[in-house]
Amino acid sequence: MKLLQSPAVRVGLSISIATGLYGVSFGALGVTSGLDFWQTMALSLLLFSGGSQFAFIGVVAGGGSGVAAMGAATLLGMRNGIYGMQLNALLQPRGWRKFAAAHVTIDESTATSTGQTDPDEQRRGFWTAGVGIFVLWNVFTAVGALAGSALGDPKQWGLDGAAVAAFLGLLWPRLKGREPVAIAVVCALATVLAVPFVPGGVPILIAAVVAAVIGWFSHGRSDEGLEPDMDPYAEHHHPGSDPHRHPHRSHPHRSHPHSGGDAK
Amino acid sequence: MWLLLACLLGYAWKLLGYLVPASLLRNPRMSRIAGTMTIGLLASLTIVNAVASGQTLAFDARMGALAAAGIALWLRAPFLVVVLAGAGAAAGLRLLGWS
Repeated sequence: MKLLQSPAVRVGLSISIATGLYGVSFGALGVTSGLDFWQTMALSLLLFSGGSQFAFIGVVAGGGSGVAAMGAATLLGMRNGIYGMQLNALLQPRGWRKFAAAHVTIDESTATSTGQTDPDEQRRGFWTAGVGIFVLWNVFTAVGALAGSALGDPKQWGLDGAAVAAFLGLLWPRLKGREPVAIAVVCALATVLAVPFVPGGVPILIAAVVAAVIGWFSHGRSDEGLEPDMDPYAEHHHPGSDPHRHPHRSHPHRSHPHSGGDAK
Repeated sequence: MWLLLACLLGYAWKLLGYLVPASLLRNPRMSRIAGTMTIGLLASLTIVNAVASGQTLAFDARMGALAAAGIALWLRAPFLVVVLAGAGAAAGLRLLGWS
Protein backbone atom coordinates (compact mmCIF):
# COMPACT_ATOMS: atom_id res chain seq x y z
CA MET A 1 0.00 0.00 0.00
CA LYS A 2 2.73 2.39 1.07
CA LEU A 3 4.85 1.42 -1.92
CA LEU A 4 2.15 2.51 -4.32
CA GLN A 5 2.44 6.02 -2.96
CA SER A 6 6.01 6.25 -4.16
CA PRO A 7 6.10 8.24 -7.41
CA ALA A 8 9.02 6.17 -8.71
CA VAL A 9 7.12 2.92 -8.15
CA ARG A 10 4.08 4.27 -9.96
CA VAL A 11 6.15 5.50 -12.89
CA GLY A 12 7.96 2.15 -12.89
CA LEU A 13 4.68 0.22 -13.01
CA SER A 14 3.18 2.26 -15.83
CA ILE A 15 6.34 2.01 -17.94
CA SER A 16 6.38 -1.76 -17.23
CA ILE A 17 2.90 -2.15 -18.68
CA ALA A 18 3.58 0.07 -21.71
CA THR A 19 6.90 -1.61 -22.53
CA GLY A 20 5.78 -5.11 -21.60
CA LEU A 21 2.85 -4.91 -24.00
CA TYR A 22 5.02 -4.40 -27.03
CA GLY A 23 6.69 -7.68 -26.25
CA VAL A 24 3.74 -9.03 -28.28
CA SER A 25 5.23 -7.54 -31.44
CA PHE A 26 8.66 -8.97 -30.63
CA GLY A 27 7.24 -12.43 -30.03
CA ALA A 28 5.25 -12.44 -33.26
CA LEU A 29 8.16 -11.13 -35.34
CA GLY A 30 10.58 -13.54 -33.65
CA VAL A 31 8.74 -16.68 -34.75
CA THR A 32 8.08 -15.33 -38.24
CA SER A 33 11.75 -14.36 -38.72
CA GLY A 34 12.70 -18.03 -38.70
CA LEU A 35 13.40 -18.64 -35.02
CA ASP A 36 11.31 -21.18 -33.12
CA PHE A 37 9.28 -20.47 -29.98
CA TRP A 38 12.05 -21.28 -27.52
CA GLN A 39 14.72 -19.37 -29.41
CA THR A 40 12.45 -16.32 -29.34
CA MET A 41 11.83 -16.81 -25.62
CA ALA A 42 15.56 -17.25 -24.96
CA LEU A 43 16.19 -13.80 -26.44
CA SER A 44 13.58 -12.20 -24.15
CA LEU A 45 14.68 -14.13 -21.05
CA LEU A 46 18.45 -13.99 -21.48
CA LEU A 47 19.36 -11.13 -23.82
CA PHE A 48 16.57 -8.92 -22.44
CA SER A 49 17.20 -5.67 -24.28
CA GLY A 50 14.56 -4.64 -26.81
CA GLY A 51 16.87 -3.04 -29.38
CA SER A 52 19.34 -5.94 -29.39
CA GLN A 53 16.55 -8.51 -29.60
CA PHE A 54 14.89 -6.79 -32.56
CA ALA A 55 18.33 -6.42 -34.17
CA PHE A 56 18.98 -10.15 -33.86
CA ILE A 57 15.70 -11.20 -35.46
CA GLY A 58 15.94 -8.36 -38.00
CA VAL A 59 19.23 -9.70 -39.34
CA VAL A 60 17.96 -13.30 -39.31
CA ALA A 61 14.76 -12.28 -41.15
CA GLY A 62 16.85 -10.50 -43.80
CA GLY A 63 18.77 -13.69 -44.51
CA GLY A 64 21.84 -12.68 -42.52
CA SER A 65 24.07 -15.22 -40.80
CA GLY A 66 24.01 -16.03 -37.09
CA VAL A 67 27.36 -14.30 -36.63
CA ALA A 68 26.07 -11.07 -38.20
CA ALA A 69 22.92 -11.26 -36.04
CA MET A 70 25.07 -11.72 -32.96
CA GLY A 71 27.32 -8.83 -34.01
CA ALA A 72 24.45 -6.39 -34.52
CA ALA A 73 22.80 -7.39 -31.23
CA THR A 74 26.07 -7.09 -29.31
CA LEU A 75 27.01 -3.70 -30.73
CA LEU A 76 23.54 -2.39 -29.94
CA GLY A 77 23.95 -3.64 -26.37
CA MET A 78 26.99 -1.46 -25.71
CA ARG A 79 24.87 1.37 -24.37
CA ASN A 80 23.67 -0.90 -21.55
CA GLY A 81 27.27 -0.87 -20.32
CA ILE A 82 27.11 2.92 -20.11
CA TYR A 83 23.82 2.66 -18.21
CA GLY A 84 25.44 0.10 -15.89
CA MET A 85 28.20 2.56 -15.00
CA GLN A 86 25.66 5.31 -14.26
CA LEU A 87 23.47 3.02 -12.17
CA ASN A 88 26.40 1.52 -10.29
CA ALA A 89 27.43 5.01 -9.20
CA LEU A 90 23.84 5.89 -8.35
CA LEU A 91 22.50 2.77 -6.61
CA GLN A 92 25.71 1.02 -5.50
CA PRO A 93 24.22 -2.48 -5.42
CA ARG A 94 26.15 -5.05 -3.38
CA GLY A 95 26.72 -8.79 -3.73
CA TRP A 96 24.16 -10.78 -5.74
CA ARG A 97 22.12 -7.62 -6.29
CA LYS A 98 24.84 -6.34 -8.59
CA PHE A 99 24.36 -9.34 -10.90
CA ALA A 100 20.58 -9.09 -10.79
CA ALA A 101 20.70 -5.33 -11.38
CA ALA A 102 22.93 -5.87 -14.41
CA HIS A 103 20.38 -8.15 -16.04
CA VAL A 104 17.52 -5.63 -15.77
CA THR A 105 19.70 -2.69 -16.85
CA ILE A 106 17.93 -1.39 -19.96
CA ASP A 107 16.81 1.94 -21.44
CA GLU A 108 13.59 2.18 -19.46
CA SER A 109 14.79 1.09 -16.00
CA THR A 110 17.72 3.50 -16.29
CA ALA A 111 15.47 6.36 -17.34
CA THR A 112 12.98 5.67 -14.53
CA SER A 113 15.77 5.68 -11.97
CA THR A 114 17.74 8.71 -13.18
CA GLY A 115 14.53 10.74 -13.46
CA GLN A 116 14.27 10.70 -9.65
CA THR A 117 16.32 12.78 -7.24
CA ASP A 118 15.93 10.97 -3.92
CA PRO A 119 18.31 7.95 -3.63
CA ASP A 120 15.56 5.69 -2.23
CA GLU A 121 13.23 6.68 -5.04
CA GLN A 122 15.97 6.08 -7.59
CA ARG A 123 16.43 2.59 -6.19
CA ARG A 124 12.68 1.84 -6.12
CA GLY A 125 12.20 3.21 -9.63
CA PHE A 126 15.00 1.09 -11.04
CA TRP A 127 13.85 -2.18 -9.50
CA THR A 128 10.16 -1.64 -10.18
CA ALA A 129 10.72 -0.81 -13.83
CA GLY A 130 13.46 -3.43 -14.31
CA VAL A 131 11.67 -6.38 -12.72
CA GLY A 132 8.22 -5.26 -13.90
CA ILE A 133 9.32 -4.98 -17.52
CA PHE A 134 11.22 -8.28 -17.33
CA VAL A 135 8.14 -10.18 -16.17
CA LEU A 136 5.64 -8.54 -18.55
CA TRP A 137 8.03 -8.47 -21.52
CA ASN A 138 8.48 -12.23 -21.25
CA VAL A 139 4.80 -12.97 -20.73
CA PHE A 140 3.88 -10.90 -23.78
CA THR A 141 6.73 -12.31 -25.87
CA ALA A 142 5.22 -15.74 -25.26
CA VAL A 143 1.74 -14.49 -26.20
CA GLY A 144 3.09 -12.90 -29.39
CA ALA A 145 5.15 -15.95 -30.31
CA LEU A 146 2.16 -18.28 -29.94
CA ALA A 147 -0.06 -15.93 -31.93
CA GLY A 148 2.66 -15.47 -34.58
CA SER A 149 3.05 -19.22 -35.12
CA ALA A 150 -0.69 -19.53 -35.68
CA LEU A 151 -0.78 -16.83 -38.34
CA GLY A 152 0.28 -18.72 -41.44
CA ASP A 153 1.88 -16.61 -44.17
CA PRO A 154 3.52 -13.70 -42.32
CA LYS A 155 3.68 -11.54 -45.45
CA GLN A 156 -0.06 -11.67 -45.93
CA TRP A 157 -0.41 -10.11 -42.48
CA GLY A 158 2.20 -7.49 -43.29
CA LEU A 159 4.55 -8.68 -40.57
CA ASP A 160 7.60 -7.63 -42.61
CA GLY A 161 6.07 -4.16 -42.62
CA ALA A 162 5.59 -4.44 -38.85
CA ALA A 163 9.34 -5.06 -38.45
CA VAL A 164 10.15 -1.92 -40.47
CA ALA A 165 7.76 0.07 -38.29
CA ALA A 166 9.23 -1.39 -35.09
CA PHE A 167 12.76 -0.32 -36.00
CA LEU A 168 11.60 3.17 -36.99
CA GLY A 169 9.72 3.32 -33.68
CA LEU A 170 12.89 2.43 -31.77
CA LEU A 171 14.93 4.98 -33.73
CA TRP A 172 12.43 7.86 -33.56
CA PRO A 173 12.82 8.94 -29.89
CA ARG A 174 16.58 9.21 -30.43
CA LEU A 175 16.30 11.69 -33.29
CA LYS A 176 16.38 14.80 -31.15
CA GLY A 177 18.13 17.64 -32.95
CA ARG A 178 19.95 17.93 -36.23
CA GLU A 179 23.00 15.78 -35.54
CA PRO A 180 21.30 12.47 -34.70
CA VAL A 181 19.18 12.87 -37.84
CA ALA A 182 22.34 13.40 -39.89
CA ILE A 183 23.94 10.30 -38.35
CA ALA A 184 20.81 8.26 -39.11
CA VAL A 185 20.73 9.44 -42.74
CA VAL A 186 24.44 8.77 -43.31
CA CYS A 187 24.18 5.29 -41.80
CA ALA A 188 21.03 4.44 -43.76
CA LEU A 189 22.77 5.57 -46.95
CA ALA A 190 25.89 3.53 -46.17
CA THR A 191 23.65 0.51 -45.60
CA VAL A 192 21.79 0.85 -48.90
CA LEU A 193 25.06 1.29 -50.79
CA ALA A 194 26.54 -1.83 -49.14
CA VAL A 195 23.56 -4.17 -49.63
CA PRO A 196 24.38 -5.31 -53.21
CA PHE A 197 28.05 -5.97 -52.44
CA VAL A 198 28.23 -7.87 -49.15
CA PRO A 199 26.30 -10.78 -47.58
CA GLY A 200 23.10 -10.15 -45.59
CA GLY A 201 23.63 -8.66 -42.14
CA VAL A 202 27.03 -7.18 -42.99
CA PRO A 203 25.62 -3.81 -44.21
CA ILE A 204 24.28 -3.29 -40.68
CA LEU A 205 27.73 -3.86 -39.20
CA ILE A 206 29.23 -1.44 -41.73
CA ALA A 207 26.73 1.19 -40.59
CA ALA A 208 27.78 0.52 -36.98
CA VAL A 209 31.41 1.19 -37.87
CA VAL A 210 30.45 4.42 -39.68
CA ALA A 211 28.45 5.51 -36.62
CA ALA A 212 31.33 4.65 -34.26
CA VAL A 213 33.77 6.70 -36.36
CA ILE A 214 31.37 9.66 -36.28
CA GLY A 215 31.09 9.27 -32.50
CA TRP A 216 34.87 9.10 -32.08
CA PHE A 217 35.64 12.26 -34.03
CA SER A 218 32.63 14.49 -33.41
CA HIS A 219 31.90 16.52 -30.32
CA GLY A 220 28.14 16.52 -29.82
CA ARG A 221 26.41 15.95 -26.51
CA SER A 222 27.49 12.80 -24.77
CA ASP A 223 24.03 11.38 -24.15
CA GLU A 224 22.94 11.46 -27.78
CA GLY A 225 21.15 8.30 -28.79
CA LEU A 226 20.79 7.17 -25.20
CA GLU A 227 17.12 7.97 -24.90
CA PRO A 228 14.68 5.26 -23.84
CA ASP A 229 12.22 3.86 -26.38
CA MET A 230 9.53 4.93 -23.99
CA ASP A 231 10.15 7.94 -21.80
CA PRO A 232 8.76 7.18 -18.35
CA TYR A 233 8.35 10.90 -17.68
CA ALA A 234 6.94 11.85 -21.08
CA GLU A 235 3.68 13.12 -19.67
CA HIS A 236 5.47 15.59 -17.42
CA HIS A 237 7.29 17.66 -19.99
CA HIS A 238 6.31 19.20 -23.23
CA PRO A 239 7.65 17.29 -26.20
CA GLY A 240 9.12 19.43 -28.90
CA SER A 241 9.77 22.43 -26.68
CA ASP A 242 13.39 21.51 -26.12
CA PRO A 243 14.63 19.16 -28.80
CA HIS A 244 18.29 19.34 -27.82
CA ARG A 245 18.12 18.29 -24.22
CA HIS A 246 16.88 15.11 -22.72
CA PRO A 247 16.48 15.94 -19.08
CA HIS A 248 16.82 12.47 -17.65
CA ARG A 249 20.19 11.41 -18.94
CA SER A 250 23.75 11.92 -17.81
CA HIS A 251 22.63 14.19 -15.03
CA PRO A 252 21.52 11.78 -12.37
CA HIS A 253 21.97 14.38 -9.65
CA ARG A 254 20.20 17.16 -11.42
CA SER A 255 16.90 17.86 -9.81
CA HIS A 256 13.89 16.77 -11.74
CA PRO A 257 11.24 19.46 -11.50
CA HIS A 258 8.36 17.04 -11.16
CA SER A 259 9.64 13.98 -9.35
CA GLY A 260 8.08 13.60 -5.98
CA GLY A 261 5.71 16.43 -6.68
CA ASP A 262 2.77 14.20 -7.36
CA ALA A 263 3.18 12.07 -4.27
CA LYS A 264 -0.09 12.82 -2.65
CA MET B 1 24.86 -21.40 -31.12
CA TRP B 2 25.14 -17.71 -31.99
CA LEU B 3 21.91 -16.85 -30.25
CA LEU B 4 23.18 -17.97 -26.84
CA LEU B 5 26.51 -16.24 -27.43
CA ALA B 6 24.62 -13.03 -28.24
CA CYS B 7 22.74 -13.39 -24.92
CA LEU B 8 26.00 -13.95 -23.06
CA LEU B 9 27.68 -10.93 -24.65
CA GLY B 10 24.60 -8.79 -24.03
CA TYR B 11 24.79 -9.61 -20.32
CA ALA B 12 28.55 -9.07 -20.35
CA TRP B 13 28.07 -5.45 -21.49
CA LYS B 14 25.59 -4.80 -18.70
CA LEU B 15 27.74 -6.41 -16.01
CA LEU B 16 30.88 -4.70 -17.28
CA GLY B 17 29.20 -1.38 -16.53
CA TYR B 18 28.87 -2.39 -12.85
CA LEU B 19 32.40 -3.70 -12.57
CA VAL B 20 34.58 -1.04 -14.20
CA PRO B 21 35.87 1.80 -12.04
CA ALA B 22 33.73 4.93 -12.02
CA SER B 23 36.51 6.99 -13.57
CA LEU B 24 35.71 5.50 -16.98
CA LEU B 25 32.31 7.14 -16.78
CA ARG B 26 34.05 10.46 -17.11
CA ASN B 27 35.35 9.51 -20.52
CA PRO B 28 32.65 11.14 -22.68
CA ARG B 29 33.95 9.45 -25.84
CA MET B 30 32.68 6.03 -24.72
CA SER B 31 29.11 7.19 -24.17
CA ARG B 32 29.24 9.20 -27.42
CA ILE B 33 30.17 6.10 -29.38
CA ALA B 34 27.54 3.99 -27.60
CA GLY B 35 24.98 6.65 -28.52
CA THR B 36 25.95 7.25 -32.15
CA MET B 37 26.17 3.49 -32.72
CA THR B 38 22.68 3.02 -31.32
CA ILE B 39 21.35 5.61 -33.77
CA GLY B 40 23.38 4.21 -36.69
CA LEU B 41 22.37 0.60 -36.06
CA LEU B 42 18.68 1.36 -35.68
CA ALA B 43 18.70 3.52 -38.84
CA SER B 44 20.47 0.74 -40.69
CA LEU B 45 18.08 -1.93 -39.43
CA THR B 46 15.10 0.22 -40.44
CA ILE B 47 16.30 0.67 -44.01
CA VAL B 48 17.52 -2.92 -44.43
CA ASN B 49 14.14 -4.26 -43.41
CA ALA B 50 12.41 -1.75 -45.70
CA VAL B 51 14.33 -2.16 -48.95
CA ALA B 52 16.72 -5.13 -48.83
CA SER B 53 15.68 -8.46 -50.24
CA GLY B 54 18.72 -10.64 -49.81
CA GLN B 55 21.43 -8.80 -51.70
CA THR B 56 19.10 -6.86 -53.97
CA LEU B 57 17.18 -3.67 -53.33
CA ALA B 58 13.43 -3.88 -53.77
CA PHE B 59 10.77 -1.21 -53.49
CA ASP B 60 7.66 -3.06 -52.45
CA ALA B 61 4.82 -2.86 -49.94
CA ARG B 62 7.37 -2.41 -47.16
CA MET B 63 7.95 1.17 -48.34
CA GLY B 64 4.30 1.81 -47.57
CA ALA B 65 4.88 0.37 -44.09
CA LEU B 66 7.81 2.74 -43.58
CA ALA B 67 5.70 5.73 -44.61
CA ALA B 68 2.74 4.66 -42.45
CA ALA B 69 5.01 4.17 -39.42
CA GLY B 70 6.56 7.59 -40.01
CA ILE B 71 3.16 9.25 -40.09
CA ALA B 72 2.03 7.38 -36.96
CA LEU B 73 5.17 8.47 -35.10
CA TRP B 74 4.69 12.02 -36.32
CA LEU B 75 1.22 11.92 -34.76
CA ARG B 76 2.84 10.66 -31.51
CA ALA B 77 1.13 7.28 -31.66
CA PRO B 78 2.28 4.71 -29.08
CA PHE B 79 4.74 2.02 -30.18
CA LEU B 80 2.18 -0.76 -30.64
CA VAL B 81 0.00 1.45 -32.84
CA VAL B 82 3.06 2.31 -34.94
CA VAL B 83 3.81 -1.40 -35.44
CA LEU B 84 0.18 -2.14 -36.33
CA ALA B 85 0.17 0.78 -38.80
CA GLY B 86 3.24 -0.71 -40.50
CA ALA B 87 1.66 -4.17 -40.69
CA GLY B 88 -1.66 -2.77 -41.90
CA ALA B 89 -0.03 -0.70 -44.64
CA ALA B 90 2.03 -3.61 -45.97
CA ALA B 91 -0.90 -6.04 -45.82
CA GLY B 92 -3.26 -3.50 -47.39
CA LEU B 93 -0.92 -2.65 -50.26
CA ARG B 94 -0.50 -6.36 -51.01
CA LEU B 95 -4.25 -6.77 -51.11
CA LEU B 96 -4.28 -3.97 -53.69
CA GLY B 97 -1.77 -5.90 -55.75
CA TRP B 98 1.52 -4.17 -54.95
CA SER B 99 3.89 -7.01 -53.99
